[in-house]
Amino acid sequence: MELEAAKVIGAGLAVIGVIGSGIGIGNIFSSFIVAVGRNPAARGEVFTMTMLGFALVEAIALFALVIALLILFG
Amino acid sequence: MAETGGHSPLEQFEINSIFPPGDHGEVGAFTFTNSSLTMVAALVLISAFLILGMRRGALVPGRMQSLAEMSYEFIAGLISDTVGAEGRRYFPIVFTLFMFILFGNLLGMLPYSFTFTSHIIVTFALALIVFIGVTILAIAKHGLHFFSFFVPPGAPIAMWPLLIPIEVISYLSRPISLSVRLFANMLAGHTLLKVIAGFIGLLGVFGILPFALVVALTGLEILIAFLQAYVFAILTCLYINDALHLH
Repeated sequence: MELEAAKVIGAGLAVIGVIGSGIGIGNIFSSFIVAVGRNPAARGEVFTMTMLGFALVEAIALFALVIALLILFG
Repeated sequence: MAETGGHSPLEQFEINSIFPPGDHGEVGAFTFTNSSLTMVAALVLISAFLILGMRRGALVPGRMQSLAEMSYEFIAGLISDTVGAEGRRYFPIVFTLFMFILFGNLLGMLPYSFTFTSHIIVTFALALIVFIGVTILAIAKHGLHFFSFFVPPGAPIAMWPLLIPIEVISYLSRPISLSVRLFANMLAGHTLLKVIAGFIGLLGVFGILPFALVVALTGLEILIAFLQAYVFAILTCLYINDALHLH
């Protein structure tokens, strides 16, 4: 197999990892909605933790993306 | 791919000397680059924001003073929430990191400017400052007892050979995750903006669609600029808390 073809296939496989981030972000915001639904007064504090959780989970997606870019262009 | 006259979406990340080519702008091995220029601009802006904001130290703050005080209180509140009262002495480093990264990210949103946080070496240097500082802090405070940090509390001794390497590796991966998170967010965001923007000219009258998308993405990128600076700051506070309190 040519190197270029292998690189492209590798990059495509590496990006599959962002599925986990999709599930994670959905989880986080679903918990946020449920929490605010139960206790609307806690919205401010819970929102801060939600944003923190979102950024951390998104980082995982970006790790997968960085590996994919490394494979494709490295 | 798009023929845009030879401009690649990755060109925005190139580091060039700000002096015209051939000029002796180099001092030994160092060149004053567009990255350095943006960093100096961030410094000037932060200093102006804080100094001019607090110039009139009124008890009831006006607009600028209110903004400057809000940024101070935001980080001070963050530190007291995560670390507690003894974390107050680490306020300067956390505040500096937060403001530097925030202004760096935001300056990158200006057209034709440079995002210095989109280079892994910059974010890695910042993450290394945090990691080495926190490790030295922990060792200075706890001595050799610091290594008990890697033993999760309440774990049976039989599990230690499995758990301790995992804990050590996850500790050593902190600077990597800290730096790559910021770097990849900035890189991906700006590259996506340029790629979508590249379609505007190509589609003619239907270029309104990528244009609307670019506007929405710019808003998202500004949000992410704040968010990534906040995440870097809060993770620094959490690591300081770990160092001071060892779980």
